[in-house]
Amino acid sequence: MDLTILTVKGLIILVIFGITLLIATYSTYAERKVAAFLQDRIGPNRAGPWGLLQPIADAGKMFFKEDFIPSQASKWLFILGPCLAMLTALMSSAVIPFSDSIRFAWDKVNYDVPVQGIEINIGVLYIFGVVSLGVYGIMVGGWASNNKFSLLGAIRAASQNISYEIALGLSLITILMMTGSLSLRAIIDEQATFFEWNIFTQPLGFVIFLTCAFAECNRTPFDLPECETELVGGYHTEYSSMKLGFYLFAEYINMFVSSAFISALYFGGFHYPFMSLVNEALENSLGAITGHNIATLICFVVFFAKIFFFIFFFMWVRWTLPRFRYDQLMNLGWKTFIPLSILNVVITGAGLLYDFKYATWLIAIVMVVLAVTSTSRAPKRETIAQGTV
Amino acid sequence: MQLTNRSKQVSNKEMTLAEKMYLPAVVGGLAITLRHFFRKKVTIQYPEVKRYLGPIYRGHHVLKRDEQGRERCTACGLCAVACPAEAISMVAAERKKGEENLYREEKYAAVYEINMLRCIFCGLCEEACPKQAVYLRHDRMVPVFQERDEVIYGKDRLVEKMDDRYIRVNNSEVKATPTEPSLTRAAT
Repeated sequence: MDLTILTVKGLIILVIFGITLLIATYSTYAERKVAAFLQDRIGPNRAGPWGLLQPIADAGKMFFKEDFIPSQASKWLFILGPCLAMLTALMSSAVIPFSDSIRFAWDKVNYDVPVQGIEINIGVLYIFGVVSLGVYGIMVGGWASNNKFSLLGAIRAASQNISYEIALGLSLITILMMTGSLSLRAIIDEQATFFEWNIFTQPLGFVIFLTCAFAECNRTPFDLPECETELVGGYHTEYSSMKLGFYLFAEYINMFVSSAFISALYFGGFHYPFMSLVNEALENSLGAITGHNIATLICFVVFFAKIFFFIFFFMWVRWTLPRFRYDQLMNLGWKTFIPLSILNVVITGAGLLYDFKYATWLIAIVMVVLAVTSTSRAPKRETIAQGTV
Repeated sequence: MQLTNRSKQVSNKEMTLAEKMYLPAVVGGLAITLRHFFRKKVTIQYPEVKRYLGPIYRGHHVLKRDEQGRERCTACGLCAVACPAEAISMVAAERKKGEENLYREEKYAAVYEINMLRCIFCGLCEEACPKQAVYLRHDRMVPVFQERDEVIYGKDRLVEKMDDRYIRVNNSEVKATPTEPSLTRAAT
């Protein structure tokens, strides 16, 4: 019996691993397509129908390029860098519950195996730990390259990740306060009804978390570690071939994992409105096992729809916003997000004390009122009439 | 000097709180890019769809024949002299008896070669030609080549085929230029 559960578990882990890699691969294609569409172009469409074989062609190109290690580089650390980046990126999807559970009968007993790499009661902590290890991949790689631009990129990445992790954690604490658990599955189950999704109870926390996730993934507008205009290529300047490919790939895996994390934390994970009704109807009409598994499949699809939306959102933002300056980035992190998230924690705590879940809307309302009044009271900008200059 | 009326005066005033929050501006920007996402794409899928390049586009060279199918070129060499890239070379020969239906005048080009790697498609050969013999077609491009021995185009690829004659389309603007091979000029 244990062997069967182990097999099912192993299969689930393999499938999650494969799906993670597949989505990361096709994120590169989607990135180019989205970029093209946002710029009124068509994008890659030559390799296969609609260019669907493009990522495979790209990977093939990456593999066959010269794998170059600079003579002054620290060789082993140079190799270790991309390995670490890839390892940590792949590890973090282990605790994300992708769907409800697979049910199968054995000796007339029904067993439920959750669709999740591993269910641990410190899931959120685990993800945080692994994600903060991710910065080592960048640091080690940038430092081992023995190149000033790489080092600068690595230092930027490290300080950016560390400073945004604080705000990230603080905005997450409100959710932990409301759920009372660090387990991701418990957090998702807490959001069973639509209006109790954390996006509705924690709007401010969501905005802070989303922005910090952008910074953690080193995505535009916070892609300072690898900005071409200032640092050549940032921490991966000296990398070529599949080592570079691993770095870029790790970025897309991180994007996928953080999209999954955001949808799990704030958008109810695999829950959708009227889910319990659908599940009941399915189990009544198709039997406890088939019905349950089909319901699980629907949950799976719903969760991935949410993930895909956030991956699209990541790309959408990338091709909309310009890059922040480094001091603006740091000001935003330390002077805005950390105080705001602390305030968020306090208000949520007060709300919990009086058993009112939507307390943080207070901050949002106050901020909107302040913004509107300050705009209306601000002196009108002098606009010089056209043609006088 | 003001070139367009689209320029906006930049203000260095301190930002209001709403602007410091960035969010309204971010949402506005996202709306703009999303509108572009659903807009009609401007791309022309080149090898499948070709765009009309106009009646004065300078493409593939052609050595014209006259109405009786005789080559117009007399190998005077003015095109080679005019060519800034020195892409044209030729060998002249005298017309023998019985070749009157092949060559229009007593002298003709036995060899006429254009090096397409050197050619810059400026059209000066076309302007220099006193016999209206060499033209750059507006409707056809020199194809992409992979090998170096493909790049020198001889008479076999340059002389106009009688079943595939080149007539530049009638265009009122182009008609005024002296290089237009209109029927009246071709008859001279």
